[in-house]
Amino acid sequence: MKFAVLVFPGSNCDIDCFKAVEDTIGQEVDYVWHTATDLSGYDAILVPGGFSYGDYLRCGAMASYAPVMSEVVKAAEQGKFILGICNGFQILTEANLLPGALIRNTGLKFRCQQQLLEVVNNGTAFTNQYSQGEIIDIPIAHGEGNYFCDDATLAELEANNQIVFRYAGDTNPNGSVANIAGISNKKGNVVGMMPHPERAIDQILGSEDGKRMFTSILNAWREQHGAAING
Amino acid sequence: MKAKVYVTIKQNVLDPQGQAVQGSLHTMGFAEVEKVRIGKYLELELDTNDRSEAEARVKVMCEKLLANTVVEDFRFELEG
Repeated sequence: MKFAVLVFPGSNCDIDCFKAVEDTIGQEVDYVWHTATDLSGYDAILVPGGFSYGDYLRCGAMASYAPVMSEVVKAAEQGKFILGICNGFQILTEANLLPGALIRNTGLKFRCQQQLLEVVNNGTAFTNQYSQGEIIDIPIAHGEGNYFCDDATLAELEANNQIVFRYAGDTNPNGSVANIAGISNKKGNVVGMMPHPERAIDQILGSEDGKRMFTSILNAWREQHGAAING
Repeated sequence: MKAKVYVTIKQNVLDPQGQAVQGSLHTMGFAEVEKVRIGKYLELELDTNDRSEAEARVKVMCEKLLANTVVEDFRFELEG
């Protein structure tokens, strides 16, 4: 299985994502610059965190029009696995690959901390190694992670089981609607989340609960391709 | 021609920055401030004399990039 980690000017979690793929599932992974115009060789695309284009105008706004993004749209249509983390989530909403928007945290503070999440949907390609309702510990680091959508969109997200992660209990750190920490598209092959699973792949980092997102993706890919499942 | 673009947060979307500024104004004694909403103002210099073309194109610029219509409204004026 082959992964692409997109790199925009201002991305700063690209190396973490790259290393997470290497360390957790040992699959092939390349950095792909934002000017690339062909992603056909990749099975999964990681859109990393950071401050693409300095977060000028709005987080993710300018990155969503980078040349590589039309390839990401194509890959999404083809059913490839796309995971946007933090700024990557903001980019995917700005590119209309995911509904809603991410706005300033209600407390106005940049929140950088370990965060408990509830796995709300373990039926996705990104979460199949978790149990439904499992509480996991994944760090967050953002100033604009307050997920907003209108009531009609929220009802649709709930009806289609598109809410993947919620902030657990009453720990909502940013004011997100319905405690949303991560969502998927209708098809389930595109997921965006504010927390950073790539920073939680070893106890030495404080948690290894993020590891199973990567093993989930590999398992989903192997199931699709009839290969041996990685126990 | 010049376009003056105003991007504002939709009324149904919380504006925590505006609330914080309102709080500061109250602390300073401006108790009459009932609400503050913070937006963006952009000036675009356009190399065209065709007003209707400019209007159509600035509208697309706003919809596609300058505003996120999920959370923001926009309006603009053309000058010159």
